[in-house]
Amino acid sequence: MTQIFEKPLYPYARSADQDAATPVRHPVVIVGAGPVGLAAALDLGQRGVPVVVLDENDKVSHGSRAICFAKRTLEIADRLGMGETLVEKGVQWNLGKVFFGDRKVYEFNLLPETGHRRPAFINLQQYHLEQDMVARLRELQAEGAPIDLRGGNRVTGVKAHDDHVALSIDTPEGPYALQADWLIACDGAGSPVREHLGLGFTGRVFEDNFLIADVTMQAEFPTERWFWFDPPFNPGQSALLHKQPDGVWRIDLQLGWDIDREREKEPVRVKARVRQMLGPEVTFDLEWVSIYTFQCRRMERFRHGRVVFAGDAAHQVSPFGARGANSGLQDTDNLCWKLAAVIAGDAPEALLDSYDAERVQAADENILNSTRSTDFITPKSAMSRIFRDAVLDLSERHEFARPLVNSGRLSLPATHDGSPLNTPDALPGGPARSRPGAPCPDATFETGFLLDRLGRGFTLMGLGVQAPQVPGTTPLSVADPDDELRARYLGDAPSALYLIRPDQHVAARWANATPATIATALSRATGATP
Amino acid sequence: MTRLVLSPNIDAPDNLYADLLAAHEGLSETESAALNARLILILANQIGSREVFRAALDAARRR
Ligand SMILES: Cc1cc2nc3c(=O)[nH]c(=O)nc-3n(C[C@H](O)[C@H](O)[C@H](O)COP(=O)(O)OP(=O)(O)OC[C@H]3O[C@@H](n4cnc5c(N)ncnc54)[C@H](O)[C@@H]3O)c2cc1C
Repeated sequence: MTQIFEKPLYPYARSADQDAATPVRHPVVIVGAGPVGLAAALDLGQRGVPVVVLDENDKVSHGSRAICFAKRTLEIADRLGMGETLVEKGVQWNLGKVFFGDRKVYEFNLLPETGHRRPAFINLQQYHLEQDMVARLRELQAEGAPIDLRGGNRVTGVKAHDDHVALSIDTPEGPYALQADWLIACDGAGSPVREHLGLGFTGRVFEDNFLIADVTMQAEFPTERWFWFDPPFNPGQSALLHKQPDGVWRIDLQLGWDIDREREKEPVRVKARVRQMLGPEVTFDLEWVSIYTFQCRRMERFRHGRVVFAGDAAHQVSPFGARGANSGLQDTDNLCWKLAAVIAGDAPEALLDSYDAERVQAADENILNSTRSTDFITPKSAMSRIFRDAVLDLSERHEFARPLVNSGRLSLPATHDGSPLNTPDALPGGPARSRPGAPCPDATFETGFLLDRLGRGFTLMGLGVQAPQVPGTTPLSVADPDDELRARYLGDAPSALYLIRPDQHVAARWANATPATIATALSRATGATP
Repeated sequence: MTRLVLSPNIDAPDNLYADLLAAHEGLSETESAALNARLILILANQIGSREVFRAALDAARRR
């Protein structure tokens, strides 16, 4: 298991750029090959935009980090050509149990909505995701995609100019310089790019420590998620257990603020706690132990001229609700089609400001959600603890209290209400879930699924009406939509036209529309018309 | 229920009030606070509407 952390995936190799007399200019440079930087590279590479990815490291991220990847991430991964790989490897669960004190208060079954290609989420170690992303990147390179991944390249300086960004880079063979028309900073929460540009990162620090332990069990253990509030083995705190692939279980133990970190990490101590959690009859091995603290903060703006921030570099949330990597992949999904259009000259630079508007909105939503979970899990006042405990007490016998129990909400993609790219809703009776700004809900479609039928560009979908030919869009028509499509896209309307963006968010919808009206909406959705 | 009722609406006010006090009799402050919290949550569910609940919060804050 530890070997995966040590194996170089993209070892340093000398680039011709290092021997150039003057700094070589590239259309796009991505700093950071974590999940977010790699997703940006795959997306742009697939679009034929040449990218250079720089990472100071050459391996998967160390130790246990993200394990819960939401449906939206899988749908994005499908478009990056690797959704199936993740789902095959990932663990799916439906049964959750909630414990309060020494008793189980209730259990729940997720019963996901049918008619979606992908499950609500999977559990998968972040290092598997990163490894699969690098494998996919190699596959694309072999097909000729212009992606250049450089390990052992540490960015040591960044200077932003009006028409380009200048980078200083250090390597095992000494420094060199590069220029980029556009820089995407995916260099994580500590973002050196952000530091070099002197940009702020403000928010809230939570005074808490969490111990994560990955353990392997030697016997069968159910594939369920168990969450404890105030358990006997961790009084006054919380604990979480859920399953990852390869027979590995993730244990999350809240420790509080005033602790001796080194002592808490001692294997004997951790093992004693885990034994209390799982019961004396369960035998297990410790794979990995670490302690982390967390923050909720974000940059004020994610676009600074030719430097665009994505992922943890732009925003950081508490791990409850699994929004870090999940929202980072939505960042690049939002950004890459826009950047590709700007680079191709198909859209004005101002289109990138909509990235800022939409993803700042999403970051605020994620921070709000994870802060609420944190406030439930770790009540911040005597009264909030009284209410929290009251909710848990009631949840044992009364179903009504269960939706109030907040041990982390599922990460759902943001609906970009009020986005400058939206055209006002013109589908009377249309369902709220597919309004302009919303991510398209998946649905069964002919012999497959709808989302797989939406292309890399704009789609004009006609339901109960033929989608007309509009330059810049690909038509997709269904003469007689079934009940599922009707429920998700028509509501009370007999027919509809949907203009769908490359990132599968709805840009506009109408009961019916002329090609000229559609063209205006398309122009707005690409930043050309306000 | 779509609006917060602030006119008299309790069937037998003295009895209801006595029930409320009786429920707290013999409880420690901690137990009473917990009982109140459970009660508020149950009543909140009965109300259901966030709007009405917020109007109730406002009325409670103004005294
Ligand atoms: C305990 C824990 C549990 C989590 N659980 C979840 C979860 O269940 N679901 C979820 O979605 N998220 C989760 N997260 C969050 C998730 O791990 C992060 O959001 C995610 O890794 C962010 O990806 P990133 O690519 O933005 O940054 P990172 O993964 O931090 O990658 C940044 C990259 O930049 C490189 N870099 C940094 N500085 C330089 C430099 N100067 N030059 C070149 N390269 C540089 C680094 O080497 C690194 O490879 C969890 C996090 C923790 C700690």
